[in-house]
Amino acid sequence: MAKQSDEAFFWVLFSAGGVVAALLIPVQLFLFFVAIPLGWIQPPSYDHLMALVRLPLTRLYLFVLCSFSLFHWAHRFRYTLYDGLRVKHLNEIIFTLCYGGAVAGTVVAAYLLWTIA
Amino acid sequence: MTTESNTRPVHYSEFHPRWYRRPVSVYWWIGQRQYLKFILRELSSVFVATFVVETLFQLNALKGGPQAYAEFQKTLASPLIIALNLLCLLFVLFHTITWFNLAPSAMPIRLGGQRVPTFLVAAPSYVMWAVISAAVYWFVISWSQT
Amino acid sequence: MANTITLEIARYSPERDAAPHFQNFEVPVHKEWVVLDALNHIKDQEDGSLTYRWSCRMGICGSCGMMVNGEPKLTCATFLTDYAKQGGKIRVEPLRYFPVVRDLVTELTDFLAKLKKVKPWLVHPNQPPLSEGEFLQTPEQVDRYKQFSMCINCTLCYAACPVVGLDPIFVGPAALALAQRYNKDSRDQGSDERIAVLAHPDGIWGCTFVGECTRVCPKHVDPAGAIQQYKITAVLEWLKSFVTPKGAGVK
Repeated sequence: MAKQSDEAFFWVLFSAGGVVAALLIPVQLFLFFVAIPLGWIQPPSYDHLMALVRLPLTRLYLFVLCSFSLFHWAHRFRYTLYDGLRVKHLNEIIFTLCYGGAVAGTVVAAYLLWTIA
Repeated sequence: MTTESNTRPVHYSEFHPRWYRRPVSVYWWIGQRQYLKFILRELSSVFVATFVVETLFQLNALKGGPQAYAEFQKTLASPLIIALNLLCLLFVLFHTITWFNLAPSAMPIRLGGQRVPTFLVAAPSYVMWAVISAAVYWFVISWSQT
Repeated sequence: MANTITLEIARYSPERDAAPHFQNFEVPVHKEWVVLDALNHIKDQEDGSLTYRWSCRMGICGSCGMMVNGEPKLTCATFLTDYAKQGGKIRVEPLRYFPVVRDLVTELTDFLAKLKKVKPWLVHPNQPPLSEGEFLQTPEQVDRYKQFSMCINCTLCYAACPVVGLDPIFVGPAALALAQRYNKDSRDQGSDERIAVLAHPDGIWGCTFVGECTRVCPKHVDPAGAIQQYKITAVLEWLKSFVTPKGAGVK
């Protein structure tokens, strides 16, 4: 069978990230970064949040949320730069910056979640 | 005189007149409503990434202790950050809704020989979204107040 | 409703012009007239040099596609009365993202080359002998590709797709949808032969699901859907390529 490009791999990451971002981000964004700062909701205590974050399941959830969303961004932003700014001739730099950024974010997330408690 | 075609060079001559190639402007996406909507949808990914970065800062603040977290909360309450996050929320919701509405195109589902209409295929995603959001709210807010 | 309407038509004569310009014509508004009728009226009564393609005038040949007020349309299916408000004007230009040969005529060689690349025909090297009778297909089997077979090659989708404009090597909506028409046909055995062209950065991976192609298609082919469905197929094939050394065939 003729060889096909490996673009399929990046598209899967993009799709998985898209689903994760669509399902999980809105509520978390609304609670922590809109409702609580605006005083609409009684904020959970520091101790409660730490207790939540200590649970392995929470850490896994947050890791998946952060990492996959970043890879979703990387793929979509890469193509937006190609199409929006018409810089496809810089595709190697763009590729490195986008996926490099996603990898960097993933590493930071892993470090923070591993060492948080 | 030759000029590039997409698949082969073209020789313009007296018997092969010059084709006119209309240039595509860098601002192609501003002129038309549908194109603008598309680019805004794609730019929602930037706000998705912004949320992740904010969350990483939040985790770092939690890690730093109650004082650090309180400082972080204060930063979040500043008008500029609130405005940014409201914008983030709008774009993230735009992402969610366009994602759920477009994803069924990739998976045509047939039941009993008939194609299931798009909105029915999208419905379970919305239900799951509601359930997960309720669960997160419960874990973060309700549980802390019992 | 007004009695006449102004058509602002793009003119380009390679012998005389360096670039296209617009020329205005007044055309009577009849209830049943379409833009193509207006063009024919102009060519008959006012300017015989107006050049454009048309044939069936009933939306099946795909010849008469043009930009009407910035939208890709079949001019045989676009009614004057939809535009004939007070001071309404109709701007007619050749389909976007194609080179212009003359006036409203576009150069389609690239499109035809892209179409040929995807092998839009039944590939079946292992044909059973005639004595075994015809291919039989159940309605369900026909249903799987029927929508994509409705394509009339009018190239309205190419005029709608920004990726076609930005990246001329992109294979494009119609060609990709037609490839799916054959991939999904139970009589076809050519999926393996098409995958290198389809699952390629200039093929389906160039598509960012803008969705304009599906919106403008006059035959409701849904090329965007065809492309997204093939992305899933391509992913499955890519995964399979790690498990099976020679590939068990694509379907």
